[in-house]
Amino acid sequence: MFAEYLDVLFMFAKAFAVGGLICAVAQLIINFTDWTSGKILVYFMLAGVVLQGLGVYQYLVDFAGAGATVPICGFGYLLANGAIRGAQKGLFGAFTGALSAASAGVSAAVIFSFIMALIFRSRSKKN
Amino acid sequence: MTEKNRENYNKNYIAYVNSFDPPTHHFKNCLRAFGVGGFICCIGQFFRVVLEAFGLSGDELAGTVSVLLIFLGTLLTGLGVYDRIGRNAGAGSIVPITGFANSVCSPAIEFKTEGLIYGLAAKMFVVAGPIIVYGVLSGTIVGIIYWLLG
Repeated sequence: MFAEYLDVLFMFAKAFAVGGLICAVAQLIINFTDWTSGKILVYFMLAGVVLQGLGVYQYLVDFAGAGATVPICGFGYLLANGAIRGAQKGLFGAFTGALSAASAGVSAAVIFSFIMALIFRSRSKKN
Repeated sequence: MTEKNRENYNKNYIAYVNSFDPPTHHFKNCLRAFGVGGFICCIGQFFRVVLEAFGLSGDELAGTVSVLLIFLGTLLTGLGVYDRIGRNAGAGSIVPITGFANSVCSPAIEFKTEGLIYGLAAKMFVVAGPIIVYGVLSGTIVGIIYWLLG
């Protein structure tokens, strides 16, 4: 029983470390280049797709759980994973796999953003 | 002024302006990004543990965690809290999936005044559009490669 709690706690530590490390790398890139947030998001997502395409990212997900899936690379991992699984069913599966895997995230982003945009109004940015 | 001169002049001017910038604290920035990014991932891990206890697993579990985090991201963006976090956390608030939600929600709120179609809906994908474009493109390429390799 105690060992189980310790396992859960350890998983949190790993998620914190890996997720934090990915963000720290992104911050380092922002500090030394003039990349904006959009560019960072695209390249990190692509990194996730490539790493999962090579079959590497799965190990990171197994190791760190949410620490690897919550950063945007996890979105790329999801896309690539869906496409790979679809490819086992044929060419049509390879074509639909990526977007089907990401459908929950994209739908949620669109629906919640729409609702929030209706509820809230833009506030002047105070610095 | 010739083109070459103008270029030099601009370069000198930019160097002059930059000399008044406060120095970038690389270590401090990265530490903040590490802390905030790690914390958001821990919230995701917390959702995972709770939902697992409710009997979810596999794709359903991962999808529900993403949806919950995206909901939190859009809500905090609407309340104006996320911008305040982002000012201090930098990449720590950009890279997690909540940052993706923020990049969808924030322009939607901002351009609501330009109408529901060309404002809210069109501007929603200013940042998220490229992510989906290159995500679908690269993901499908991976899928087709795997299909070709059997």
